[in-house]
Amino acid sequence: MIDVIETGAVVLGGGPAGLAAASSCAEAGVAPLVIEREERLGGILKQCIHDGFGLVRYKEKLTGPEYALRDRARARAAGVPAMLETFVSSARRTDDGFSLHCVNRGGVHEVRCRSLVLATGCRERTDRQVFIHGDRPAGVYTAGLAQYMVNVQGLLPGRRVVILGSGDIGLIMARRLTLEGVEVEGVYEIKPEPSGLTRNVRQCLHDFGIPLHLSATVTAVHGRGRVKGVTVADVDDRLRPLPGTERDVPCDTLVLSVGLIPENELAASLDVPIDPVTRGPRVDQNMHTLADGVFACGNAVHVNDLVDYVSESGDAAGRSAARWATGDARPRTLVPVKAGAGFLSAVPQFVDISGGGQATFFFRTNAVLPDGALVSAAVDAGAGAGEPTGARANAAADGTQASATGRALFSRRYRSLRPPEMERFTVDAGAVGDDADAIVLTLDRKEAGRG
Amino acid sequence: MAERKEFTCIVCPRGCALVAVPDGATYSISGHACARGEEWGVQEAVQPLRSLTTTVRVVLPDGSDSKRRPRLPVRSSSDMPLARVLEAMEAIDAVEVRAPVRAGDVVLADLMGLGVDMLAADSLPAGEDDDGY
Repeated sequence: MIDVIETGAVVLGGGPAGLAAASSCAEAGVAPLVIEREERLGGILKQCIHDGFGLVRYKEKLTGPEYALRDRARARAAGVPAMLETFVSSARRTDDGFSLHCVNRGGVHEVRCRSLVLATGCRERTDRQVFIHGDRPAGVYTAGLAQYMVNVQGLLPGRRVVILGSGDIGLIMARRLTLEGVEVEGVYEIKPEPSGLTRNVRQCLHDFGIPLHLSATVTAVHGRGRVKGVTVADVDDRLRPLPGTERDVPCDTLVLSVGLIPENELAASLDVPIDPVTRGPRVDQNMHTLADGVFACGNAVHVNDLVDYVSESGDAAGRSAARWATGDARPRTLVPVKAGAGFLSAVPQFVDISGGGQATFFFRTNAVLPDGALVSAAVDAGAGAGEPTGARANAAADGTQASATGRALFSRRYRSLRPPEMERFTVDAGAVGDDADAIVLTLDRKEAGRG
Repeated sequence: MAERKEFTCIVCPRGCALVAVPDGATYSISGHACARGEEWGVQEAVQPLRSLTTTVRVVLPDGSDSKRRPRLPVRSSSDMPLARVLEAMEAIDAVEVRAPVRAGDVVLADLMGLGVDMLAADSLPAGEDDDGY
């Protein structure tokens, strides 16, 4: 007999998304159980000792641990219980909710709940995922692992470091390692533009004279037992190494900052539909996935560049999970969102128009637009009022070429747009209307630079 | 002597390319799109200021390293001159703290006479016990 725990809602993950979801769920009257793999709540913020967190949510420049303290204080005040050092090994749907198998020092437990919030964050891409093959010497770390070693354990990963990839964690680690007396030989970025935020390039690299090599990559790692050096090469416009440009760089450590991928193994096992672009569950504006009773928030949905937005999505997921757990949720009327040319990604992928309210969108462009663009959202009801509902639904599903000629919901000129910087806007879900086939997002570069 | 400087503004994501030209005792800024950028540009040309975050050693009552939480994150109470940051790291290196610590506690007062304190950025409960909150 294994121990069975019954609860209204479960939040998987005790980072900023999970703590916001758990707090807002409890504040709405349903105290959820938080299940966290680590021994302390706060997630990745615990190791992000740099500042810049909270500017949107608290109008203050906080460090990661300070932001996490606020998350934990709120969850504690809301009376949220947490199961720490606990791993969920499987999840399945039951007649009235979900059953999770959990493993911790106390053994195996079954947790049953009506609402399930996925706040599992994201994982770093590793060397194997960017096709660095060959020997496996010690001294190859992801940026987040190097950050954990330096900031939490107080250990230096090496003495002379090469950083591959210009993601924000890599840039921040270039500065952090330099401050700790490690020589950072340079940052190599395969693309012609940095992947991280402009301000991080300035304050993490330029401030300390660390070279940033664009359109260049690491092609080989050398060393048996321990890294002795890497080969770097310039790349052509199709990102292929250019013969004759290879050079060897001596180093004892290679740090990788080559992207983050939402963690959704449990979502897959529950048949939650995943967006192939964001690699997280498709959600509506209330962070309800297409699987009834399963909610998702934070970096498990799409990789955010501000924790403030992660918390905001957690708040929404928690409120929705509480409504679902108490049986107060009304049937949804989902209108698909079609992001047109120029968008890399847009979340949410659906808007539930049954309850009105506001729907907040987050988007990234697929290219650097230094002069910005006009971004619009409009209702497409183009199939006409007289046709049967089924035909209209099919038309919407095929309507990737649809243009925003219908009712306008939102329009704004952005002065500059860059893929690393996620943008946000809000529309009135109540204004979408029952006849909507889709909400179409368009990006017009010709309208840039005015206003 | 003052000279013309060029740098990217970091006030907002737009990242304007600023040019600072000496103008008497200060600088005149061009390339900015807003007043905040102009103000930041003048300060950046005169003396760049940055916040500093790092960690300090956590020791147990018997003087040995804490095993569970070996490092405490700390932050500067305000911005300090960028040119003094590496020197500040050496001054902070000598600091040791003992639990309990509350976030906001001063762990090093008046860093190098700059009028900036280093503050605890996290709390450490007494002893090695922690309920995870």
